[in-house]
Amino acid sequence: MSPIVELKDVHKSFGSLEVLKGVTFEVNKGEVAAIIGQSGSGKSTALRCMDRLETIQGGSMLICGHQLHDTDVDLKALRRDVGIVFQSYNLFPHLTVAQNIMLAPRMVKGMKQRDAREIADTVIAKVGLREKMDCYPEQLSGGQQQRVAIARSLAMEPKLMLFDEVTSALDPQLTGEVLRVMEQLAADGMTMILVTHEMAFARKVADRVIYMRDGKVHEMGSSDILRTPATPELAAFVSESAEH
Amino acid sequence: MIYNFDFGAVLAYWPLLLEGVWTTLRLTLFSTVFGILVGAFCAVVRTGGPAWARWIVSLYVEFIRNTPLLVQSYFLIFGIASMGIRLPILLGAVIALTVNIGAYTTEIVRAGIESIHRGQLEAATCLGLSSTQTYLHVIIRPALERVYPALSSQYVLLMLASSIVSSVGVEELFGISNRIQSETYRNFEIFVVLGVIYLLLAVLVRSGFALLGLAIFPRRRTLGTPL
Amino acid sequence: MNSAYILSLLQGLWATVVLSVLTFLFGGLIGFMVGLARISPSWVISRGAATYIQVLQGLPLLVLMGLCFYGPSILGYNSLSPLVAATFALTLYSSAYLGEIWRGCIQAVAKPQWEAAECLGLSRWQRMRTVILPQALRIAVPPTVGFMVQIVKNTSIASLVVGYAELSYNAKIINNATFEPFLYFGIAALMYFAVCYPLSVQSRALERKLNVANR
Repeated sequence: MSPIVELKDVHKSFGSLEVLKGVTFEVNKGEVAAIIGQSGSGKSTALRCMDRLETIQGGSMLICGHQLHDTDVDLKALRRDVGIVFQSYNLFPHLTVAQNIMLAPRMVKGMKQRDAREIADTVIAKVGLREKMDCYPEQLSGGQQQRVAIARSLAMEPKLMLFDEVTSALDPQLTGEVLRVMEQLAADGMTMILVTHEMAFARKVADRVIYMRDGKVHEMGSSDILRTPATPELAAFVSESAEH
Repeated sequence: MIYNFDFGAVLAYWPLLLEGVWTTLRLTLFSTVFGILVGAFCAVVRTGGPAWARWIVSLYVEFIRNTPLLVQSYFLIFGIASMGIRLPILLGAVIALTVNIGAYTTEIVRAGIESIHRGQLEAATCLGLSSTQTYLHVIIRPALERVYPALSSQYVLLMLASSIVSSVGVEELFGISNRIQSETYRNFEIFVVLGVIYLLLAVLVRSGFALLGLAIFPRRRTLGTPL
Repeated sequence: MNSAYILSLLQGLWATVVLSVLTFLFGGLIGFMVGLARISPSWVISRGAATYIQVLQGLPLLVLMGLCFYGPSILGYNSLSPLVAATFALTLYSSAYLGEIWRGCIQAVAKPQWEAAECLGLSRWQRMRTVILPQALRIAVPPTVGFMVQIVKNTSIASLVVGYAELSYNAKIINNATFEPFLYFGIAALMYFAVCYPLSVQSRALERKLNVANR
């Protein structure tokens, strides 16, 4: 099986602060990878680099066949293949749920209103919010907004979905509804990379767990490494997380 | 001494007054449309343009906002005439008013654009929208919706301030009253009548903006809350 | 360019400054009362102040100038001098805007502070004087300085109906003699700019400072 995501010795600095100090890992098609680690370990930055929200300064990054370190990388094609969901939802507040979902298919793929609406109906059903199609974001709970954000990304039919701490702003009850949607996506065979603090979720859903520490991959393996960590640092991190 | 008010003498000129009202409304309408276009364009340049263009826009904005409309009108309209260019007087007035209101609009819209959260741009970028599409659908529209109340007030002031272009010979409502004045000598009554008409016009323009707002911002129509 | 003309423009500038200062003093005084009346517990007074503001904000300054210029003679008084009439009109006009600005500032601090002060057993006026106004003053300074710019620009209107000879009036007279509109109106504009721009900059700087302090 060929990897759909391939990071080799990736380096990234903000000014004099080196955030990624040589990150290497792969994710295969259909896999769910969970990136875990303390805040400041570089995990969110690594994820943002995969959608070229940040540019890398060293190493190589191959995402869905796009070489991100190339200066002439086709960003439009990259973003068609990659969907990303943010911690703060970032729904467009002046558009209804339906309009939020249909905006990109219409603008980027040039779809007709009717075709875009069909896609919107499909993806909103996947996140279980059919009855909210004509609501505005502010009428929805945080969990519902996040599910709409997921649907909005799915509408572009991406090959890879990135999730950047998507439940961190939600209380436990709302977290559950978002995680269930993500679990279903995984079961449907979507390739997913998620930066998360939800250890239980990572243990249950992730095929691959990547523990980042100080800008590097410190330990990596199947979700078993959360039960039997090889390094004392991951062991400490896991037990620390369990306390919360 | 008891002054005998004679509003009849002034009101007898109602067709003339109506003509003035019509001209004032046309002036306001055209300057509003062009002013918003100029303001939105300059606000985009001011927030996202190259450094030299930002500099030009802020020079324009600062200069207009710190000098009186009257002097701007003299400068532009008498200036254009002194170059031997014959412009229809109404066109000259619309240019002067647009140049003026455009600067104020720039500042208001810029504040709106700057209030748009950075995450909105990232979301649009990641969905693959081009920068033009992002500006149109994710920045300008919500920015305008957010500053719409401030814009409405500014354009009511524009309608009132359009009386100033009477001083360069435009026969809008205020200018046309000079004619009535010279024929009736009922100075005070004229100003009272003008005052009442302008008050009504202010209400009219304000309501017009409110209705327009409901028409172009469906979110506001549905929820009734500010963005 | 003629030095006599420049001198005349400078005289006009001086007249502009005089009218602006008078307007700010009187307009500020009345505006303060309007602002207080606006938040009065008496419905009649607050409603009256609101109407005053609405009417004055719905009139062009030019019309107000005319009413103030021709009004007094109708009541049997001697007609006013251009300076007095212009000050009168600009005072009314500015008081409405300043009253509204200051009402906003007072109300911005009033809500939470009012109850705290009430619990201390202070009378309404004591609360206003010792607790609310000092704080309101702090946030009122930037928009007030900003409004001074409006006042200076608005004085140009005094050259029209009442014929007060300030900067734009003199510039117009010079232009009638020389037909060099770009030159003389340009200089006049620069003079206005020289007065207004520092005020604008100051207003923005004060506001930034206030925002930082409130963070």
